[in-house]
Amino acid sequence: MEAIQEHEGLTVPLNRSNVDTDQIIPKQFLKRVERTGFGQFLFYNWRFDEDGTMREDFVLNDPSFQEGSILLAGENFGCGSSREHAPWSLLDYGFRVIIAPSFADIFYNNALKNGIIPIQMNEAQVKKWMAQAENGNFALKVDLEKQLIIDSEQSVHFDIPAFHKDNLINGYDDIALTLKHEDKITAFESAAHV
Amino acid sequence: MGKPKTIIEKIWENHMVHQEPEKPDLMYIDLHLVHEVTSPQAFEGLRLNNRKVRRPDLTFATMDHNVPTQNRDVIKDEISKKQMETLRKNCKDFGVPLADMFHPDQGIVHVIGPQLGLTQPGKTIVCGDSHTSTHGAFGALAFGIGTSEVEHVLATQTLWQKPPKTLNVHVEGDLGTGVTAKDLILAIISKFGVRFGTGHVIEYTGEAVRNLSMEGRMTVCNMSIEAGARAGLISPDETTVEFLRDKPHVPQGEAFDEKAEEWLSLATDEGAEYDQTVTIKAEEIEPQVSWGTNPGMCVPVSGNTPAVNESEDPEDIERALEYMGLEENQAIESIDIDHVFIGSCTNSRITDLRKAAKVVEGHQVNDNVRAIVVPGSFGTKLQAEKEGLDSIFKEAGFEWREAGCSMCLAMNDDVVPPGGRCASTSNRNFEGRQGNGARTHLVSPEMAAAAAIEGHFVDVRKFASNVYA
Repeated sequence: MEAIQEHEGLTVPLNRSNVDTDQIIPKQFLKRVERTGFGQFLFYNWRFDEDGTMREDFVLNDPSFQEGSILLAGENFGCGSSREHAPWSLLDYGFRVIIAPSFADIFYNNALKNGIIPIQMNEAQVKKWMAQAENGNFALKVDLEKQLIIDSEQSVHFDIPAFHKDNLINGYDDIALTLKHEDKITAFESAAHV
Repeated sequence: MGKPKTIIEKIWENHMVHQEPEKPDLMYIDLHLVHEVTSPQAFEGLRLNNRKVRRPDLTFATMDHNVPTQNRDVIKDEISKKQMETLRKNCKDFGVPLADMFHPDQGIVHVIGPQLGLTQPGKTIVCGDSHTSTHGAFGALAFGIGTSEVEHVLATQTLWQKPPKTLNVHVEGDLGTGVTAKDLILAIISKFGVRFGTGHVIEYTGEAVRNLSMEGRMTVCNMSIEAGARAGLISPDETTVEFLRDKPHVPQGEAFDEKAEEWLSLATDEGAEYDQTVTIKAEEIEPQVSWGTNPGMCVPVSGNTPAVNESEDPEDIERALEYMGLEENQAIESIDIDHVFIGSCTNSRITDLRKAAKVVEGHQVNDNVRAIVVPGSFGTKLQAEKEGLDSIFKEAGFEWREAGCSMCLAMNDDVVPPGGRCASTSNRNFEGRQGNGARTHLVSPEMAAAAAIEGHFVDVRKFASNVYA
């Protein structure tokens, strides 16, 4: 995974709660056996209508949000299926940071494994940024080391578990990290007779 | 005696491989179930790093999401075909047992695990599928993982996990006649919301839960993820033990009885404390029908869709009603349907099919409805055919298919067309879930069967009053 220490980019406001992984990437695109190339299918049914025409009313199709790399969303982002195709499609499309009042557990983990920073932030602050983002051309800077999100007026602290922060900053392969404990795994297997 | 513990704490402690400050715990995984959709990139990762599967004997694969439920010899979709061939090759290369499309053990991964006795109390079970929570019905700690974690488990047989918070969903009293496990879990999600379980493992307790069959318990635990909880479980009891007796992968004879004692000792201790407890009264629950685009958007069949301005989230309600093509305050029984799907890891087991068949028997599917039954596994299909259930369904006008996930997520050809409206026994009514533009209403198998015949939702307790007499 690509290491990420900080990220500065334009925001995209997706003002909806309970955005499920079926919306992030619909099932017809889960048949590929690769990890790459999923960006074109991101939010497919919201971006395109049934005959493949672009839906003008969806935020990602708005010309003012084409360059965005920080997604602002509502509560419970990424609920539903465990498909890692969801973060793969977000990353491939160009998103490196997602800020929401809450995330679904499986999506949160999947994002971390792919070098996306999922940032849980209080709802009032998300709403404030959402309103600013809706005017277009609203940038934020994320400093992962200091756990700060910086806008033109202020720096706001965010929480992230130390273990995950460390992995993101260093782009660690966590299988290699785990295999350092291989003796303990073997000992467990022999003690538990598995 | 030490401090009383929940089953969740007991299983956690029994699987601890390594612990250090500021880090999640390294947990051992007893059973890793694998299917074709979320595994190819994981096996590819192993190849790229020259790693092997640590415990192929604790890994079991099947094909379910993408498989056709008819005409299996000819898969027209080349990409689907490649995905299944990839799983076949991966299992061969890495020595993982596979029940492929033509194997007698094939079926939905969450149906065959219990049927084969691979699922057992006290185990940690993972799969690249969010409905892995199903296996919690047996008192296992079972949860869905992403593909990177699938790769991690294949390589190490472990996962880094933060200890979960515990949530007791206590069901007081017993369910009324004709009210099912599906109605119970839909009512729970509708009452407490689609994110009340986030960060928690749920334990379901109370009389109504104890009185459920294992199939009913699987239906309840299956939808824990729809309440935001990665895992939901039920302490094992005699019902659990009797279900597992004689299953192929459990110990046999005296060894089984010894094992059963061990399983029963895992049940939550009297007086154990949870981080949180919520309570629901079983007798107040009616047959449920979802009206919206998440599983919390549910009402009793006698009810109406909500009034936009009286709700807490008017924008969400309005958007959901618009997608679903419904008016506010519309009577649920007035909603006409054109598709019925009886199947999925929530409701495709033999007891589900028996109960639906009882409602169907002697009736005809409404002329405006296309109805399909997709048994959860090849074994379930055979059993149903032995009991003559297939004839009941077919004579009534249902299509009788091969096992798979099918119309629950419509990855194969079993798709609801745009604007189509489906009474479905599955678990998710998300936008586009059963097909682009498709509208899904979640119900029990009995309610789906009654809707198939009437062409709109009805209270199955009235429709099939003879069955419940």
